Amino acid sequence: MIMQYGRINYYILIIIAATVLAFPLFNSNEYIISVMNFMGINIMIVLGLNLLMGYAGQISLGHAGFFGMGAYISGILTAKYSINPWIALIIAVLLTSILALTVAHPTLRLKGYYLAMATLGFGMILSIIFVQLDELTGGASGLVGIPYLSIFGFNLSTSLRMYYLIWVTLFVLTVLSINLVESKIGRALRAIHTGEVAAMVLGVETHKLKIKVFILSAIFASLAGSYYAHFVNFISPSSFDFHYSILFITMVILGGMGSIWGSYFGGSLLSILPEVLHSIEDYNIIIYGFLLIIIMFFLPKGVIPTLSEYISNMPERKGSIIGKLISTYMYPQKGK
Amino acid sequence: MFEIILQAILSGITVGSIYGLIGLGFNIIYNASYIINFAQGEFVMLGGMIAATTFNVFKINPIYTLIISTTIVTLIGALIERMAIQPVRHADVSVLVIITIGASIFIRGISMLIWGKDPYILPPFTSSEPIIIKNAAINPQSLWIIGTTIVVVIFLQFFFKKTITGKAMRAVADNKKAASLMGIKIERILLISFGFSGALGSIAGIIITPITLTTYDIGIIFGLKGFSAAILGGIGNSFGALIGGLLLGILECLAAALVSSGYKDAVAFLILLLVLFIKPSGILGKGLIEKV
Repeated sequence: MIMQYGRINYYILIIIAATVLAFPLFNSNEYIISVMNFMGINIMIVLGLNLLMGYAGQISLGHAGFFGMGAYISGILTAKYSINPWIALIIAVLLTSILALTVAHPTLRLKGYYLAMATLGFGMILSIIFVQLDELTGGASGLVGIPYLSIFGFNLSTSLRMYYLIWVTLFVLTVLSINLVESKIGRALRAIHTGEVAAMVLGVETHKLKIKVFILSAIFASLAGSYYAHFVNFISPSSFDFHYSILFITMVILGGMGSIWGSYFGGSLLSILPEVLHSIEDYNIIIYGFLLIIIMFFLPKGVIPTLSEYISNMPERKGSIIGKLISTYMYPQKGK
Repeated sequence: MFEIILQAILSGITVGSIYGLIGLGFNIIYNASYIINFAQGEFVMLGGMIAATTFNVFKINPIYTLIISTTIVTLIGALIERMAIQPVRHADVSVLVIITIGASIFIRGISMLIWGKDPYILPPFTSSEPIIIKNAAINPQSLWIIGTTIVVVIFLQFFFKKTITGKAMRAVADNKKAASLMGIKIERILLISFGFSGALGSIAGIIITPITLTTYDIGIIFGLKGFSAAILGGIGNSFGALIGGLLLGILECLAAALVSSGYKDAVAFLILLLVLFIKPSGILGKGLIEKV
């Protein structure tokens, strides 16, 4: 719980941001930078999905669909109709929000298994559309010729330039998320997660709130999709299929539901893992499947919340120096 | 035009029987535990794959592969229950969703490791010469599918009505607490239901393989459609799943014939969403058909 309150989130963000933004000064290897770009894109989606799963307690097995919508709308508008990429990106976000709103209204009335199946079916429909609408999307073979983004005439044509755009955007979204979860809305969301009926009785408009968070998470995913399309310049339906929805869920679960830094942790670890384990590239899904089961068995809260609980309990452990330091500097309110 | 519709209905009944069988599997587990098993579709894939492999190795009549691979998949179903479900049986719904999804993609990954990404084939059980009825061709394998489904349904009917275990399963579906007070071991019922559901999935997978082939990744589509069948018929309503499956199959094949074959699956999922939004208790509602 500690991770969710106080200024500590901002300190952590500053440390992460400084490290990430300074990183290319020490290592600007093209390959590593592009892996970092994919990582940033993944974390962006996971951050939104985690707001939905961890705070509003609603599962979505179709988020790769929103990711794909962002990518395809941006891709089609810029590659086929030569529309300004930024305008295309805004159109993508708008259309995705409208779709999310339409779907969210009936879907979020469902619970548990029904909600999971409905979002799964919805994601499948979108990925079928990506393949079938081939005059626009290029079908199974993909859409080529998506231009680079540019800022005031400055072309973001290298991985490094995209790197700054992706990560700075991610940090802005992170500040937004931190503010959201620490606000009244965040508390209301947590209330929905712990007990929806109780929250409703206390005057939280649970249904409306869930819809809002669903749309917000769809916007994060759409934005990530647009960046992805302009970064890779080529998109194909296989990048947005069911497996990616599962990948995003695995990232949320691994890092920890309801933990912003958990999203960072899960997102980065599972973005790097396939790169490190090159030889088993095709068999990633075995690892994801295994991870999902194992985490649910042994670390149901996910890595970061478990870790932070451990640390915040440290002061109570017998007189350890680290514990004292933590209690003095990090949680002064606890000492009183 | 008439021929096209007739043909679509015939193919619809064929695939619809498959969806119905898978839907029955969903219901059996649901009735024993209120769990929806997202790995259900993988049983279908495993059934087809193991049958194709045993056929290639032993060169026996495909009908015999039915026995071998159904036995294996039944055991796999039971194994999943013991290893992945039993330890967290009382956990939150979202935990169970994630665990069964984890199990499902784990099985898929292992299958890809064993069988690769190429499609596998199983020859038709008997002749492959289509039978022509009034300008519509019917594949003899379709008759096998419909016949097998009828046999399975009759067997299930017998099992649930006449055997002690079947009656115990119905008692658990009806009222878990009362059933356990009567000395029925719910854990054992859950194990049996996973085995049963594995067997049903496997049979569905084997009988459809001669028509559609099988690959490591067909599980998700079949699972989702089987679930749609169960939802259409009303979840927990076993024979409703069969009707739901037939309806889904026919609608899907009509849409493929009249609109576009590429959107066939999308139509099925759209129906799923509509039913979930409008009447989640299923078109047959509750209590219309005896709950098994």
